[in-house]
Amino acid sequence: MSALILPAMLGGLTTGAIYALVALGLTLIYGVLHIINFAHGSLLMLALYGVYFLHVWLGFDPYLAIPIIAPLFFVLGYALQRGVIAPFSGGKEQNVLLVTLALSIVFDNLALYFWTSNTRTVAVSYAYTMVEVGPAFIPLPKVIAFFAAMLCAAILWLVINRTRIGKAIRAVAIEKRGAQLVGIEVEQTYAVCFGIGTACVAVAACLLIPTFYVTPQVGYAFVLVAFTTVVLGGMGSFAGALVSGLLLGVIEALCGLFLGETLGQIGIFVAFILILLFRPAGLFGQRTA
Amino acid sequence: MKHATLGEWVLYGAVCAYLLALYALPSDVWLGFTINALIVTVLSIAWNITGGYGGQMSFGHAALFGTGAFVTAILQVRLGVNPWLAAPLAIAAAALVAGVIGALSFRYGLKGSYFALVTLAFAEVLRILASSFSITGGGQGILVPYKAGVENLQFASRVSTYTLALALVALGMLVTAWMQRSRFGAYLIAIRENEEAAKALGIDTFRTKVLAMVLSGAIAGTAGVAYLQTFLFVDSQIAYGASMSVEALLGPMIGGSGTLWGPLVGTLALHLLGESAKELVSGAPGLNLVLYGVVLLVILRYLPDGLVGLARRVRLPRRAPAASMKEAR
Repeated sequence: MSALILPAMLGGLTTGAIYALVALGLTLIYGVLHIINFAHGSLLMLALYGVYFLHVWLGFDPYLAIPIIAPLFFVLGYALQRGVIAPFSGGKEQNVLLVTLALSIVFDNLALYFWTSNTRTVAVSYAYTMVEVGPAFIPLPKVIAFFAAMLCAAILWLVINRTRIGKAIRAVAIEKRGAQLVGIEVEQTYAVCFGIGTACVAVAACLLIPTFYVTPQVGYAFVLVAFTTVVLGGMGSFAGALVSGLLLGVIEALCGLFLGETLGQIGIFVAFILILLFRPAGLFGQRTA
Repeated sequence: MKHATLGEWVLYGAVCAYLLALYALPSDVWLGFTINALIVTVLSIAWNITGGYGGQMSFGHAALFGTGAFVTAILQVRLGVNPWLAAPLAIAAAALVAGVIGALSFRYGLKGSYFALVTLAFAEVLRILASSFSITGGGQGILVPYKAGVENLQFASRVSTYTLALALVALGMLVTAWMQRSRFGAYLIAIRENEEAAKALGIDTFRTKVLAMVLSGAIAGTAGVAYLQTFLFVDSQIAYGASMSVEALLGPMIGGSGTLWGPLVGTLALHLLGESAKELVSGAPGLNLVLYGVVLLVILRYLPDGLVGLARRVRLPRRAPAASMKEAR
């Protein structure tokens, strides 16, 4: 049994990297707009289809699709926040939740209508190229995703902490009215923030698809785990999202190993409840109200 | 209590007329559709107590609904308990689960989106547990043998089942009406409006919120029992899946959260909408739910207080200013 633990943990780390990637965009949106974005999983699903069709129709390698998909999804996210989420919710927190829920219903079922419920995969030559990591063999795309998650977290951190728009985003996140008073356009900043978050999920899709699949319902499986990752890491914290994503991957793998495959995810939600109860600010978050 | 406006009379009258018309023109299709909607209404009434009146948005009411359904199913099928005895035990179990979730969450001061997420997580934990153990039927679920008869809480005729569902909705609304007028209800609304102020006034906010959860849990558990007795089947996805939690909150939100008639009006409207969308674009899987989602968005945009809120604004033209002063009071 103990010989299995280390490989299981390494496998869990690579799964966790994907969780972290999906959660990075969400933590930005949650940390700044303070909304539960239930459409996040559906946006991931749309991005997965985007990569899939770029590959099938135009022969794009999933990784080379990043420079196309990411800006496209930035625009989509920006437009969604500006055109649908902000005006339709009237600024009420509980309505935002319902608007994003309704959006996810619309997206998931549009996908079902246009692309049917068939499971689709992208066949790339390197999908089963194994890399030897200590005692385990891990598919090359998962190793790439692992390092890409760190790179993404670092880039996001730089954007938020070292750029002008990043400064505006931080200001709006901390004190909306104060930011407005010093001349920051709050709605604009929110939309940019939502756009960046959506671009992140598009990048996650490009890194995910070589070892995964896409169906219209694929997003749902990620939404809950992504929220867990965000809360565990402390909302708005990229380093937190990265570490907690990896941690959750390992927890899931170990629970799967010791309790059986079907109970694997229970560890994630139990960890989630415990974190919410005892440390709602997360591992890396500052305690707020 | 404010007097009902003309719009409210028309809306509630239409709902009651529809519900009673089914007795005059019983059609199996419409009865089946409405029974389903009424059971969901009971769940919505449960959600409305904590979410609507108490302002604690739960995203995991499936945890309570599912416990009601599973406990009564397990007691009947695995232990041979009579449904009339199993039902109250299941309702008590759901109330207990609600109390535990509430006590834990409120003890640690969770509110807003954190409360929504923790309730969602509790429902997910229960779903995974239910799909992994044999006592809940694992992946297959539990099938209750069909033995029609009053002693088995199963009815051969749809009209009887319909009457039972209608009675449960009426009971739920009576409880809500009682709560609205009671001290407990006033405390609950005060907490929704401003928890700090409520605390400053000497209201035991923790106790009030937990009690609201327990009451909500009992009603949600009743919905679960009614679901099981009607469809004689439950599995982890039906009982604890997120779609049930979403159904629980959509009705009140669309109908008008924190209102007596909101859950019934909203749930019936949504089910009618869903069914008509299905008819309208039959043969195109998914398109009906797209339409459903779009209408949902439009309602959120243009009817922020729900259908009941809309009806409240429809009133007879006032004749004298004095009369309107009286009305406004």
